[in-house]
Amino acid sequence: MEARTRNIYLVPYFLWIVLFVIAPIILIVYYSFFNVEGAFTFENYQKFFTPVYMKMTLSSFWYALLITIFSLAIAYPTAYLLTKTKHKSLWLLLIILPSWINLLLKAYAFIGIFGTYGVVNAVLETIGIGNRQILFTDFSFIFVSVYIFIPFMILPIYNALEKMNPSLIYAARDLGASSMGTFRKVIFPLTLDGVKAGCIAVFIPALSLFMLTRLIAGNRVITLGTAIEQHFLVTQDWGMGATIAVFLIIIMVVVMLLMGLRKRGIVLVKR
Amino acid sequence: MLNDKLKFSRIYLIAVFIVLYAPIVYLMVYSFNSGGTMTGFEGFTLDHYKEVMQDTRLLIIVLNTFVIALLSAAISTIIGVFGAIAIHFMRSKSKQTLLTLNNVLIVSPDVIIGASFLILFTIVGVKLGFVSVLLSHIAFSIPIVVIMVLPKLQEMNDSLIDAARDLGASTWHVIARVIMPFIKSGIFAGFFMALTYSLDDFAVTFFVTGNGYSTLAVEIYSRARQGVSLSINALSTLIFLFTILLVIGYYFINQRNNRLEDKGAKQ
Repeated sequence: MEARTRNIYLVPYFLWIVLFVIAPIILIVYYSFFNVEGAFTFENYQKFFTPVYMKMTLSSFWYALLITIFSLAIAYPTAYLLTKTKHKSLWLLLIILPSWINLLLKAYAFIGIFGTYGVVNAVLETIGIGNRQILFTDFSFIFVSVYIFIPFMILPIYNALEKMNPSLIYAARDLGASSMGTFRKVIFPLTLDGVKAGCIAVFIPALSLFMLTRLIAGNRVITLGTAIEQHFLVTQDWGMGATIAVFLIIIMVVVMLLMGLRKRGIVLVKR
Repeated sequence: MLNDKLKFSRIYLIAVFIVLYAPIVYLMVYSFNSGGTMTGFEGFTLDHYKEVMQDTRLLIIVLNTFVIALLSAAISTIIGVFGAIAIHFMRSKSKQTLLTLNNVLIVSPDVIIGASFLILFTIVGVKLGFVSVLLSHIAFSIPIVVIMVLPKLQEMNDSLIDAARDLGASTWHVIARVIMPFIKSGIFAGFFMALTYSLDDFAVTFFVTGNGYSTLAVEIYSRARQGVSLSINALSTLIFLFTILLVIGYYFINQRNNRLEDKGAKQ
């Protein structure tokens, strides 16, 4: 196509890239060098390396890691068993369906379920364990997060399993591999890309969750996301918020490079 | 032995389904509770639905949400389709760069998108409210549309375009008569995805709404922080049913497209 005519209707797209992709990143980095009074400074970066922020970063990492591991542990068998069912695509649709429902509504439901007089406590009472504080604990935070992220983990793993050539499994069996051996040496390595994609789709959002920490964890858990939101919308210290965002971006890039997703098979599922 | 395994896998799957759907069912059931809380079902009532219907503020917010979703999906689909065409016809090196830039917003956490857009709008001087929310929704929907359209373009045989050119078609004709019809299903899928992303978004909107303008997700968040109110349950139930309708609709459109494509391939 001739360059000149092409340019005209491509203007909006390139404008979008400049304004909403490149400019925001530059702005975040730029703002991270300013303190609350608007003076240029490296203060924010110094502050980030103090124990308070380091501890927060580590705990944020720890929670995200736990959430990813639990999601994987539940999602892998689910995806595997799904590929064995008769009406696979229908079952998959049913698994994905809850992820289409607004995250806040699901979080809201758990306020009722885990509440002091909620269903879970009623059950605990009848069993004889008695009433427990469930809402606003680490447990409820991790449970609800895993609940929300499971579909994002299932989908890429399911796709990877589906893509796998089944004759490889028969071959492994013919050569005398046990079912455990087949899984460890054949199935799992072949679906590793799906697992990686799933882990990224869970780990990075888990680092940056913020509404769940407020609704479900009752401000007891502070993730990097919560800290950013706090600095931007509550204390109005944009500089510090931007600094944390810079580190979150760095972490994100490192995680992606570590996972080695060259041919980035981006999983387009709900965030 | 085989039977046992089958049973176990079935139980496992059913357990996962129960856990996935339990909160949603729970919300729906309590939307009919005549008591005021989500604990202890006292009796059946439709009062909370009535409450939702009479809450003008809430209805305006629902309307806002839909207006934003439809507008942003439509605009981002138009921009995104041209973007996808641009990427498709690039040389491979700049193509890679452009694709990476395209995907930045898909992989970035919502908080960062929200925060950086907040800075952007404040600097440029866009008033926080309808315009800033609409612009952000368009911004994060564009890459989604591109991702949905690109595979369709890759499926297309480039000699189709050469043929059209040889027959004297202008650039615009090539796009309107050859490319667009071919990637139609991708465009629909992109529009639908953009629509649902917009309807669903909370984090980005939360950053860029000023006072006085709100979408459903933001409103639910602020209400939920104040505690349980069963009108939220009623509203959720309605949204849930609507979502199911959307998804089923999308599923059928997809199926039909696939069938049509199969037919086309056979002919």
